[in-house]
Amino acid sequence: MLLALVAVFALGADLSSQFFSSYNIFTLCTNIGDLAIMAVPMTLIILTGEIDLSVASILALSAETLGDLWLHHWPIGLIFVVCIALGAVCGAINGFLVTRVGLPSLAVTIGTLTLYRGLASVVLGPATVSNFPTPYSNLGVSGFLGVEWLSWSVAIFVVLAMICGIVLRMTPLGRSLYAIGLNQEAAFYSGIRVKRLKLGLFVFSGVVCAVVGMLYAFELSSAGENIGLGFELQVVTVVLLGGVSIFGGRGTILGVALAAFVYAGLRSALLLGTSLNENDFQVVSGGLLILSVLVPNSASFARRANEMLRLRARGRALPRQTEQAKH
Amino acid sequence: MSTAAQAAPTLAPASPRRLVELVLRVRTFGILGVLALFVIVTSIIEPRFLGGSNVRFILSETTLYALLAIGETMVVLTRNVDLSVGSVVGLSAYVSANMFQTHPGIAIPIVFLVALGVGLACGITTGIITAVGRVPSLVVTLAMLYIIRGVDTIVVGSNQVVAESLPQGFINIFHATLLGIPDLALAIAIAVAIAAYYLRSYRSGRDLYAIGSDPDAARLAGIPVARRVFMAFVCSGALAGLGGVVWATQYNTIDVNAGLGLELQVIAAVVVGGVAIFGGSGSVVGAALGALLLQTISAALNVLGVPSIWTQAIAGFLLLVAITLDRAIQLRLAAALRRRRVHLGA
Repeated sequence: MLLALVAVFALGADLSSQFFSSYNIFTLCTNIGDLAIMAVPMTLIILTGEIDLSVASILALSAETLGDLWLHHWPIGLIFVVCIALGAVCGAINGFLVTRVGLPSLAVTIGTLTLYRGLASVVLGPATVSNFPTPYSNLGVSGFLGVEWLSWSVAIFVVLAMICGIVLRMTPLGRSLYAIGLNQEAAFYSGIRVKRLKLGLFVFSGVVCAVVGMLYAFELSSAGENIGLGFELQVVTVVLLGGVSIFGGRGTILGVALAAFVYAGLRSALLLGTSLNENDFQVVSGGLLILSVLVPNSASFARRANEMLRLRARGRALPRQTEQAKH
Repeated sequence: MSTAAQAAPTLAPASPRRLVELVLRVRTFGILGVLALFVIVTSIIEPRFLGGSNVRFILSETTLYALLAIGETMVVLTRNVDLSVGSVVGLSAYVSANMFQTHPGIAIPIVFLVALGVGLACGITTGIITAVGRVPSLVVTLAMLYIIRGVDTIVVGSNQVVAESLPQGFINIFHATLLGIPDLALAIAIAVAIAAYYLRSYRSGRDLYAIGSDPDAARLAGIPVARRVFMAFVCSGALAGLGGVVWATQYNTIDVNAGLGLELQVIAAVVVGGVAIFGGSGSVVGAALGALLLQTISAALNVLGVPSIWTQAIAGFLLLVAITLDRAIQLRLAAALRRRRVHLGA
């Protein structure tokens, strides 16, 4: 993955002289920053074997609430509190349905994704709010504490990623998450509070996405309908590209962070330097996603394919391996 | 043993299998019940709801979702998911309808075949990567959603298919009726019936249920899991391809955004229709009814004056209610089966 990052940046520099300009890096950062921040709690959730597809809808709900309350002249501090609380509630609903009612997270989050986005469009309607106070709307154009090429979103991402990465690797809490992903029953019987942890993760995800929602609205300097549409799939793509197994139990924050930058860098390089456009990039990212999962599989796949061919030639039945039975 | 045999006839239903089938029937009738409830309540408030043109409208709107729901059910039954159906519909709608623009005077059945071909190609690709490559279907179909949509965008460019270039006969397909019922709705109903019969009475159909219930057990029992899963994805792709033609006759103007977001609505219909998201149980009839229910609710809310802005939120809420209900039924069923087994001394 690290090699990929270097390769991508080399490719970028090669394709366009503008690649390393501070403006381009900044644009790159703003593109990826919000996605990357959302990828951190998503990584933790996927590590435990669940998934949260409602992230973009929570983002939208939070952004629209921000816009609506600002339109009604609520003080900005109070708005922050309300939006974060809203995110926590949304996450809590997700977590409750998954842990207490026992529903599969894929189904739940598809439902809440629809529900929250529906609520988001009710909150603000077709209006668009754009007149946010300057210190906040500058988040989209000025660098972090004066550093020109670093956007606020990436700065926040780096801090969050470091904290979560350290927690994951060095604390018992982090190791329990891996344990839950690898074998939930065993984790439960060894004393890990599975339900409580998962609930906490969903709430964490909700809060983070609510914050990103506000950040994104400020960066765009507008809060309107269809904000963040389709983000959830991009976030999942970045997490999976980062080497996190969809079954849970494997993956690192570092991998996801690198993947986020590779993703952004690749997009930037392709858009700047070649004649490809945004849509071609979609095809590329889809292909990358498949490759990223196929390649680890390919070694065992090649072995199995060889076995199959050999045994078929001899006309015997093939002894099959069992595998994990989840999605 | 003899006491158990004497006790058995007094229990009704007498076997676990009958119990499961009873539940399935209850679940399907449950949807019908909710459907009836909505229809009755709405038509009391607004009698025009039961009018012929409104019913025709609802049935027409349902056709696309019901068609896609058949294929999606087959995939979900095997404990997989197909997120790429929306993109396939978009691509197939454009490619097939564009035939009218590039080859004016082309026969309509050929356009249908082209759409089917596009869908088959997508389904085969997805099926191979999932079944043979052993890649989780969530990942594959997510990627295919992007890839196919990207291909669609490249193919479409900034063009679109406009209604004027479509032959009247083609556009009429959507509006044609037989005895007051839309032709397409009848055709889809027949398709659902065929699919339901196949899933129930053919070995390969029933295998799908087995694979969804427990893939490892299915494999050990000798079911060719990879082949069946592959077929399920091919069917889903093919039906999505045909769905593209339905889209074309329904909307007439096709641009790069055709089919965007369809997959989630199809999955919602399938889940509301009683198909378990983890596979192993459910029926295509239920899924089609689920699609009908969602469209009816949307139309009913419209008629009742609920601002359409609430539709999405309500749909999401209904989905959550449906899966919670299913879970409750599942738990009750498992408990009942356990009691049954203990009682019969098995």
